Formats: sequence, C-alpha cells, structure tokens
Amino acid sequence: MTDMTVSGASVAMPRTKSLLQLDERTRRRNASEARFRMIGFLAVLIGVFALVFLLGSILSNGLSSFRQTYISLDIFLDPARLDKAGTRDPAELAKITTFSYAPLIEKALADAMAAKGVSGDGVSVKAAAELISKEAPADLRRYVLAHPQAIGTKVNFDLLASGRIDGYYKGRVTMESAELDRNISPAQLQLADKLKAAGILGTHFNWGFFTAPDASDTRPEASGLGVAILGSAYMMIIVLVLSLPLGVASSIYLEEFAPQNRLTDLIEVNIANLAAVPSVVFGILGLAAFINFAGLPQSAPVVGGLVLTLMTLPTIIIATRAALKSVPPSIRDAALGVGASKMQAIFHHVLPLAMPGILTGTIIGLARALGETAPLLLIGMVAFVRDYPAGPPEGFFDPASALPVQVYNWTQRGDPAFIERASGAIIVLLVFLILMNLSAIILRRRYERRW
Amino acid sequence: MNILKLSAAALVASVAFSGAAAARDQIQIAGSSTVLPYASIVAEAFGENTKHPTPVVESGGSGAGRKKLCEGVGENTIDIANSSSRISKADIELCAKNGVTEIQEVRIGYDGIVFASDIKGPKFAFTQADWHKALAAKILKDGKLVDNPNKTWKDVRADLPNQPILAFIPGTKHGTREVFDEKVIIDGCKEDGTYDALLAANNNDKSAASKACGAIRTDGVAVDIDGDYTETLARVDANKNGIGVFGLSFYQNNTDKLQVATMAGIEPSVETIAAGKYPVSRPLYFYVKNAHLDVIPGMQEYVEFFVSDEMAGPNGPLAAYGLVSDPELKKTQEAVKARKPMAPLK
Repeated sequence: MTDMTVSGASVAMPRTKSLLQLDERTRRRNASEARFRMIGFLAVLIGVFALVFLLGSILSNGLSSFRQTYISLDIFLDPARLDKAGTRDPAELAKITTFSYAPLIEKALADAMAAKGVSGDGVSVKAAAELISKEAPADLRRYVLAHPQAIGTKVNFDLLASGRIDGYYKGRVTMESAELDRNISPAQLQLADKLKAAGILGTHFNWGFFTAPDASDTRPEASGLGVAILGSAYMMIIVLVLSLPLGVASSIYLEEFAPQNRLTDLIEVNIANLAAVPSVVFGILGLAAFINFAGLPQSAPVVGGLVLTLMTLPTIIIATRAALKSVPPSIRDAALGVGASKMQAIFHHVLPLAMPGILTGTIIGLARALGETAPLLLIGMVAFVRDYPAGPPEGFFDPASALPVQVYNWTQRGDPAFIERASGAIIVLLVFLILMNLSAIILRRRYERRW
Repeated sequence: MNILKLSAAALVASVAFSGAAAARDQIQIAGSSTVLPYASIVAEAFGENTKHPTPVVESGGSGAGRKKLCEGVGENTIDIANSSSRISKADIELCAKNGVTEIQEVRIGYDGIVFASDIKGPKFAFTQADWHKALAAKILKDGKLVDNPNKTWKDVRADLPNQPILAFIPGTKHGTREVFDEKVIIDGCKEDGTYDALLAANNNDKSAASKACGAIRTDGVAVDIDGDYTETLARVDANKNGIGVFGLSFYQNNTDKLQVATMAGIEPSVETIAAGKYPVSRPLYFYVKNAHLDVIPGMQEYVEFFVSDEMAGPNGPLAAYGLVSDPELKKTQEAVKARKPMAPLK
C-alpha cells in the first residue's frame, strides 16, 4: 500500500532517466519480489523434502511386508494322532487341538531335511521347528477339519516361516543381532540358509497380508489386514449411504428453499463450526449416543460408520452448498421461466450441474473419514479382532477393525516385526487415499463446468 | 435422481436392521495393555481350537477396563476386564451400584519389571537404594534432607559407571508406575535411611513419609513415558545414556537392542521371578463378570482355557512370551471351575 502511494506521487515528478535503466526503487521492488519467490520456493522445498522423507521411511520399512518367507513341506496327516477312532467324525476331529498338530510339522521338517541331505549341525529338531511360524499348526488343523478325507495322506503345505527368519531375509535380523537375540540363534539362521539352498524355504508374494486377520504378538508373520480392510469398507459404505443423502438434502434445503433469517444463520455458523471440531469429540458423542443410549454393540462398524458420518456431514454440506451456489441463477430462472416448479428446476437442472462438485466433496470427506483413528478409539474399535465380520448388513454389527486402527495397534506391539507390518499397512492406506483423491480430481476435471 | 432414491432406501434398511441387532456371540474383553499380549495369545488359540469365535480384546489401561466392566450388566457391556493391578474398593462399589455384584478375580501369573539400557553401553547392577538416590526429589546427605544433587550414576554409588542419570519411567497412568514407585523407589527409600528421616520430619506420619519418599525429582532427569514400551525403547535408542523401565516380555523380545540390569544382585528372568528372588514383580489379573457367564457362549470355557496348564502353565505359550507362571495355578483352576466370586476387599 505504501509503495503505491509513493509511486503515485512519483508519477507527477518529471522522469529524468531512461525507462531501460532501473532506478533505485524499482531495483528494491524487484529484489523484494525475488526474495519472496525464494522464500516461497524454499517453503515448497521443505514440504517436498518432508514428504520424500516420510514416504522414503515408510516405503523402506514397509515394502518388505508385501513379501513373505515360506517353508514348503509334505506333511503326513497321521491318523494315529489326528483320528484315533478312525471314524473321521467331525466332532471328534474338532477335539484335537493345535498342540497335537505341531509334532506332525516337526517330523515333516526332519524328514524333508533328511531327504534333501540338509544336516542340522547341532540344531535340535525342536529348535529347527522354531523356524516355522506358530500359525502353522492352526493352518493344518483348519485344512484337516475342512478335508477330513485327507487324513492318512501326504499333503504339501506352504507354511509361514517364523518372524525372525522372515526378518533375516529382509535384513532386519543379522547374524550379529541373532547372537544377542533370545528368540533365534545364528545356528538356526544358518540352517535356514541351507533350507533355502535346498529349495525348501523360499520367499514369495504375501497375499496373506491383504486377506489374513490380525495375529497375536507371538506370530507377527501371520498378521494381515483382512479384517481391517473389511471393517474400513463397511464403515465407508455406511458413511456414504448416510451422509450423502442427508448432506445433499440439507444443503439443497438451506441453499434453495430456506428463508434467510436468524435461525438459518445460526445453522450456517454451526455447520462451519462442526467441520472444524476435533474428530475425537465425535467419538465421545458416539460412545454416549450410540453405545450407551441406543445400545448398539461395541467395536462394530455400524457405530464407527455413524460416528464418521457425523464427522463427514459438515464437509459434505459445505461442499454441496458451494457447488449449488456456483450454478448460475440464469439456469434456475430459465427453468422457472418455462414453467418448471422450483423443485423441478432444482432436481432437473441445478443438481445435475452441481453433481461433480458434490461428488468431489463427498469423496474428499470419505477419504478423511477413512484415515480417522481418534473417534474409533473411544467406541472400542481399537481392539484385537481376528474373526471376519459377516456379510452386510449383519456384518455391520460384528466386531471389526479399521485400517488406521490397525496401524496404531501394530506400532504398540513388542516384536520388532510389527514395525514392518505397520509401515506396510500405511502403504495400503495411502494407496486407498490416493485412489480416492485421484478419482475426485478426475471427476472435477472431466465434468465440472465453469460459467 | 436414482442415486438419491437408492441411498434413501439403504438408509431406511440400515435403520430397520439396527433395531434387529443380533445377540452377541463373541466375548468382549478390555483393559490393561500389559495383559493385552497374553490375552490376545489366549484369544487366538481359543478361537483356533474351539467352535466359538475369537474373543475381541481391547486395550486402554487397567483402570479404564475395570470401569467399563462396572458399567452394568447387559450385552453392550464388556465381559472381562484385564488388569495389571488389583481392583480397588471404589471399583467394586461402582460395580455394585450398577448391578454388577458378582466378580471373579483370576490371577494369571506374574510380570517382571526390568531396567534395561542400550546394548552397547556399560553394564549396570542396581539396588533399589540406587534408584531412590538417583531419582527421588529429596535424599539424605550427611544426615540432612537435601534436594537431590546427584548428576551421574557414579555420584549415586562410586562403583556404578560414570554416566549421566537419565531414566525413562512409566507415566502415572500406567499400572507399572505404581509398582515402580512402591517396590523400587519407596523400598529404596527405606533401605538408604531416608524414610526414617522423613518419618521424623513428618511427626511419625507413615503415609506422609511414604508419599514424600515416592516423590520423583522434576529437573528432567526422570522422564515420564505415557506411551507404551515401544516409545521407551525409541527414547533409549535415541539417547544412549537413558535407562528404560520395561516389562520382562518386552525386553525378551528385544534382547538384541537392550541389556538388562540386575536388581539387588538378581538378574530378572522367568525363573528368578517365579522363585520370588527378583524383587520387582507384580501379579496380573483379569476380572470376570459372573452374570455374563451363562449368557455369552463360550465364556466359561475361555476363562478355564486361559488358566489351563496348556496356556498359563510353565511350559505354555504365555510363559514362552514372558509371563511368569503362577505356582498356585491349580488353585486358580479350581476356583474358576467353581465360579467363585471374589471376597470383599479388606
């Protein structure tokens, strides 16, 4: 401002120098512009650096979780252990616990080592069996219960290697660290190397990471995102189904029909306010309203979805109102002019034109809801959940986890292998967020009209 | 507007379904984050080996878990609360007020609290008195109570390493902190004679003297960690002079990064804690809402499964993860079978 008044005064002064020669003040103005540009560039640079650092650390920690070490064994499903009566009665088979399956795996590993000429070199059979995940007996039991006719035959299984062995092939565990590690010895690592050379042990893509449920602290190698992805998907369905119609209906009413008075002003201020309320507040509200008052179950996607709906609604309403506002009044006037009712004008002409903006706002609101953890903390969704929820709509009431919650959960576990898992889960979450934001951008670019 | 009609229909449907929420068939558990790994190991094995679904285990702290347990009876309240400290009288009163009259107390075993530093640093052999002299707000020096002047461990005791004192101790919301205060700081206070001096200064008021004993210095030497052990580990990792307070099982999972200090000459391990030699340990519990036992399918089985020899015994997976098995497990198993509610606290 001051510059302008000064330069305004200077116009009256007779110009003595050439236009091509910069005078002192122009130079100063140019310098300040260059400074500002540099600061702006620096700010962007810092942002980019932070992003690269963040992505770099997440990717370097987490990409390895998409690959997993497996041990392939032919296991003899010994009827003497699994079905003493020989009846193949499912009720009887179900009584055999995973504890009885572990010796079968031990024996199969010893047999495979003998067949391929791999010597244990002082590693006992029990220590050798520690290379295999504690999840393996459970896998075996599940298979036998599903296929009772397989008892008495040899079946090939791809069993998970234990977390430390998997870490060894990912560089997390080294010979030096194994020396100090209580859970693994260098001799066991050497045995793993021999098994690898013999083709028994190998690394391949880890589908289980996307489909398997969470696992307890003793088997990080078995943990996956299955329940979390399903839980997040259920919540997003609920958020979409509830917040889109509610948000759009209330915005249309407020924007097109509601009279301008104190009450609507108050509502408007409150909506803007709610959009800025910290999400954890919605969690407290959800706990009080949905669980304690309405009696909905804890840890269920339905409650999570309802809480996130409350959180997303203001965002959608604000976006929808902006989209409706951007449709020029001439469209409404023209529709009304040819005899359309107000409702026809809005639903036939204004709303279709505003749709890209509404959808963009909705997707961005959903993306925010997808990454939200704090409100879920209060409604019991930060939990160890291993059973998949049923199909919708019953599944909405079953306990489930959610993607960001799973990240939070895994970072708290004692075993260092869970750090890799948490980073892997962050990558999955980021991919989902990128997809959503990308589709919002595409929608806006392709369909949005400007007048 | 097709989308609108569709979503409106779905809205109506979902509201209709919320009225017909099915009865809960999985057990819900909440509470201590120390007990959480053990509870999740048991829950996993329980889901694997029975026809019942895997119980849902939530963490959130012992106190919060017990409060949730005492919220009332009914399917939208939890069934079992894990706790790393004993239930309090106030909790029981709250329970009774909300209609939760019968609670079973189940002791699952013991947890050791260990002091560990960076693996490359010097080795430490502590006594409780060392910790009191290092961290207390006021200590006895030349017969007088003074503000704690000690800066290095060497100042505390001449044969300890010459390393600045820096301790990462659990924040006050943790159950572990109570045990740390009681079994390390206050015991140490009695050991080095500060307690007697404080007793004299407080006109023989024992509780005031204990309270003064347990006051931790506030000049940045003792850092409260409100997060969990992973945060403590990260702090020790970033500051090699730091000594962290961990649970035994967490240390056993990270023996390649941490070295453990002895306490009063005893190295912490499952064996020394079970034998009662290592001084800093505490019992772990869970509390069962008896009114739910016949309502939630599989709940009685879960409780019995948890304390069975296969799980909680000395050779079970819980002991392998770092839980110190309870020598009186047999008694617990019988009590659980009989569904014996806990006697009123004294």
